[in-house]
Amino acid sequence: MTKEETKSVLMEIVAQIIPDEDLTNLKGDIPIREQVELDSMDFLDIIMELRKRYGIEVPEDDYIQLATIDSSVAYLEPRMRDL
Amino acid sequence: MNRDWLKDTKSEYDVIVIGSGLAGLTCANMLAKGGHSILLLEHHYNLGGLATWFKRKGGHIFDISLHGFPVGMIKTCRKYWNPEIADSIVQLKGIRLDNPQFSLTTTYDSDDFKRVMQEHFKIPRETIDNFVSALRGMNFYDDQTMTTRELFENFFPGRHDIVRMIMEPITYANGSTLDDPAITYGIVFSNFLNKGVYTFQGGTDKIIGMMRAELIKNGVDVRTKCLVGKIGIEDKKIAGVVANGKMIKGKAVVSNGNLLSTIHKLVGDENFSESFIEEAKKVRLNNSSCQVYMGIKKGEKIDYIGDLLFTSEAEKFDSEELRSKNTTSRTFSIYYPQTRPGSDMYSIVASSNANYNDWANLSEEKYRASKEELIQRTLDALEKYVPKIRDKVDYLEAATPKTFQRYTLHLSGASFGTKFEGLKISMGLPKEILGLFHTGSVGIIMSGWLGAANYGVIVANDVDKFLS
Repeated sequence: MTKEETKSVLMEIVAQIIPDEDLTNLKGDIPIREQVELDSMDFLDIIMELRKRYGIEVPEDDYIQLATIDSSVAYLEPRMRDL
Repeated sequence: MNRDWLKDTKSEYDVIVIGSGLAGLTCANMLAKGGHSILLLEHHYNLGGLATWFKRKGGHIFDISLHGFPVGMIKTCRKYWNPEIADSIVQLKGIRLDNPQFSLTTTYDSDDFKRVMQEHFKIPRETIDNFVSALRGMNFYDDQTMTTRELFENFFPGRHDIVRMIMEPITYANGSTLDDPAITYGIVFSNFLNKGVYTFQGGTDKIIGMMRAELIKNGVDVRTKCLVGKIGIEDKKIAGVVANGKMIKGKAVVSNGNLLSTIHKLVGDENFSESFIEEAKKVRLNNSSCQVYMGIKKGEKIDYIGDLLFTSEAEKFDSEELRSKNTTSRTFSIYYPQTRPGSDMYSIVASSNANYNDWANLSEEKYRASKEELIQRTLDALEKYVPKIRDKVDYLEAATPKTFQRYTLHLSGASFGTKFEGLKISMGLPKEILGLFHTGSVGIIMSGWLGAANYGVIVANDVDKFLS
């Protein structure tokens, strides 16, 4: 999966989990939680969805790396490259 | 002849969930949706744990714990259950507090709370905003040394009336006191303050029925009247459980039973490291409850007096007074016919906090007399809000910590799980025994309808991780 594909997959998962939020103007370098209503349970849903769909395991210590869209893509890209 | 409640169970399941409180139910549902084979075991004949109800002659239905939960429950039900369950959640708008310090009605949502604090308690808007945003910013991994008392003293020094306004409803909701960590208060209060107090339209029987149907649809093997006596461990790994005397194998076990009885009774201290048991022994159980159920005669009506009444004759908020056997502090949950659309029945449930030890060791005679006193004192207090209440009721019953213990099997009838330190022990079980998990009311923040359901999801995620 390319970097662009990784990003679009991530955005699709976020959109599925918070369907009522408008994600069109989401900035990549600002924490997602500061821009839209995304609580800790929504965040956990993203983690679960990544495992369910792609078998990706994000350990709790790495959660911080999924704070922004850009940092999430940087974190996920090497893990999704071979998918 | 005894029915075999475990007839035709499979010889092995991916996960066996012990107990069907909100956390156990939600955990089982999530894991089943994830494709795992699940056996759900409940000792009672109804699912729900403390999210339960009972029927009595005269057409009465009494809800045990449907007093109100935060708006977050809508999202939780939509995501982890189904849209129909989420859609049956409605707001309870009449929250009334009446005590020697003040008497007021609020929806307890953020805007109305700020109005009450400004108009009634004369607090500057800025202080209120700062207080609310301080609470919103709290996380469970933050500093736990500050107590709720200290938090209140920082914002509202010397204001016992405000302490009562912001603390008493939470004490009824989760048994917490001013000595519990400020973060436990902040997280729970913020949840309520967000948009106020909500309930299920249709009653507990309807919601648990819908959940049961969803579980079955998702392939969960649901078994009631099955008491688990032992969790089987082999070489520090889960082997299965013994239920109604029958051994059933499982790769993982999620106990939704009381945390301490799971450790000491179902698993046994010998299966844990000494240091873990030492820590587990420090976990304090939360208090228990008393309730009085009052059924209004068919054909009788009561005027709208609010949905949830926090009443007390005590001079100020005092958690010891709230738990004492002769407390004058109680919550009345008024269930009007619209609770169950189509019904014309009213019922009232009075709840108070209680100490197990005040009730556990009474003689049979003294116990019965104490229950009758509790009923009469409750009716006396209700008279102020519903005149001639004694002429309107045709059914009365009381529950004590012993009753809660009998139906939930929680040690000391604990109705709100454990204090904060229980969370770490609950989450630490899988590190001690491979495949062993716990979910349910722990640590104050994982308590109540929303906390328990969400904790069920968090643990389901851990179990799924373990299995895959």
